[in-house]
Amino acid sequence: MSEETKQSSLTKMTPHELTQIVAGHEELFVLDVRNETEFNDWKIEGENIEIINIPYFDLLDGIDPALDRIPDHKRLLVVCAKEGSSQYIGEQIAETGRENIYYLEGGMKLWSEHLEPVKVGELQSGGEIYQFVRMGKGCLSYMVLSEDEAVVIDTARLIQPYIDIAKKHNVQIKHVLDTHLHADHISGGRDLSQAAGASYWLPPKDADEVTYPYNQLVENEDLLIGNGKVKVHPIYSPGHTIGSTSFLIDDQYLLTGDILFIASIGRPDLAGKAEDWVSDLRNSLYELYGNLPEQLVVLPAHFGQVTELDDQGKVSAKLGDLFSHNPGLNMADEIEFRKTVTENLPPQPNAYQEIRQTNMGRINPDEEQQREMEMGPNRCAVHDK
Amino acid sequence: MDIKVDRVVDAKGLACPMPIVRTKKAINELDAGQVLELQATDKGSVADIQAWAKSTGHQFLGTQQEDKVYRHYVRKSEPDEIKEEITFPHSVRNDELERLLDGEQEIHILDVREPAEYAFGRLKGSKNIPLGDLEQRADELNPEDEIYIVCRTGNRSNLAANLLTEKGFKNLKNVVPGMSEWTGSVERDEVKPLN
Repeated sequence: MSEETKQSSLTKMTPHELTQIVAGHEELFVLDVRNETEFNDWKIEGENIEIINIPYFDLLDGIDPALDRIPDHKRLLVVCAKEGSSQYIGEQIAETGRENIYYLEGGMKLWSEHLEPVKVGELQSGGEIYQFVRMGKGCLSYMVLSEDEAVVIDTARLIQPYIDIAKKHNVQIKHVLDTHLHADHISGGRDLSQAAGASYWLPPKDADEVTYPYNQLVENEDLLIGNGKVKVHPIYSPGHTIGSTSFLIDDQYLLTGDILFIASIGRPDLAGKAEDWVSDLRNSLYELYGNLPEQLVVLPAHFGQVTELDDQGKVSAKLGDLFSHNPGLNMADEIEFRKTVTENLPPQPNAYQEIRQTNMGRINPDEEQQREMEMGPNRCAVHDK
Repeated sequence: MDIKVDRVVDAKGLACPMPIVRTKKAINELDAGQVLELQATDKGSVADIQAWAKSTGHQFLGTQQEDKVYRHYVRKSEPDEIKEEITFPHSVRNDELERLLDGEQEIHILDVREPAEYAFGRLKGSKNIPLGDLEQRADELNPEDEIYIVCRTGNRSNLAANLLTEKGFKNLKNVVPGMSEWTGSVERDEVKPLN
């Protein structure tokens, strides 16, 4: 730390604090000092967040070009890839006497990994369900707790937050599940199952090529926690991948994986089979989900826009409401549906092939490489841009 | 590979923004046309050095990776380089030279760019003598040969052609515009590909 650091009024903002700002729809002005390519690929988003990009190396001769564009009265957050450049630029801005200047702890790297646990609700049969919001990447994972047992679904790569919550509630993680073989993030499922001594479950049709032992998720073969009180009921719902499996939990919550989101639906092309899986996807959405009770609470594995977060910072909706509002559930006919899910799709997630290979256990990149592969938005929905 | 450079900036172990901060300071002290090597371990430097070069107008030559160390090569730009008039009367266009290269005939090509530029992309069989060294090293060339002189944009090769003419070379051709717009095949030193 330099002498200037101590004197300046630059303050650290943690990913948790930034999550609160985004979820609370609070106002924030962000100066992103990464290079233009990185910025255009992926940035902090929020309903009341205004963001500009000036690479730090364009500010080495002086920060005036930035000062001209930063409003006086707003809270300012400077962000970069890791942290160093945002502190460097942030300190200089703070030295001009401006107040309310923050830098983002750990930069976009930490932002991309941060998980925020939010309680979704209580279980009728006793217990509770948490949603882990990965704000920087739009990934959602879940922990269901009942009595002294828990199950985790669609675990993110870094597993400590799940272990922490389990410890806090004094529960043993018994089962770890993935709804499908993910293409946008590296599953922490295997790691967590090993760390917690839990069993790891995958849909067998997605696991043809995996190199490690796992338990097969079979439709209607329920997993139980809470000493048999809480049912996790697998429903085979192919379309995003051939094995995609949804979970009905406590007859109340429908975990849809990457089949159905709040504002969109899953894309069928990430495993390279767009044409083949269109009718599976349509069938899963319109027939299978169409015949489930409307009051089920849909809990997806992703969100696309921060506007999908509610006031508590969680992402959920009644199945019936999605059949009224979600464009993916309101397409006139099969032709329109086919067109939407196979044409003009958004770019594929960063390194999605390597991520799939990693999730199969076929390649073993080191931690730095894994982090690199996961950079950027998830882009698993057909309407993501 | 070992590339001759005018200045090495050691930013190994330093995090962003220091590799670029040091590069910027060092390049201010260089003369136009000189080449700087930035050594860094921060992976962010790979994209940032290129973006910085683009933003400042300096010429990014390439990056090599060895173990955990990135070596980035940048040539300080010469603002007036492009405006200089090409005075040497004998020239060939890139496409003409490309056709000659495809033919049977053996031809002599002299590349007068800096070794770092040469290392990251050159014509097969070309000989590298940087313009600054040409005065001393002209005796490595045969004044009777037909020699095609190439650089990045045709300016340094223009100066080289004039210099060698004064030394009695008779059969010189300036390649225009040069490597900056070369679309044919190039040869480069083996580098480990970056992801």
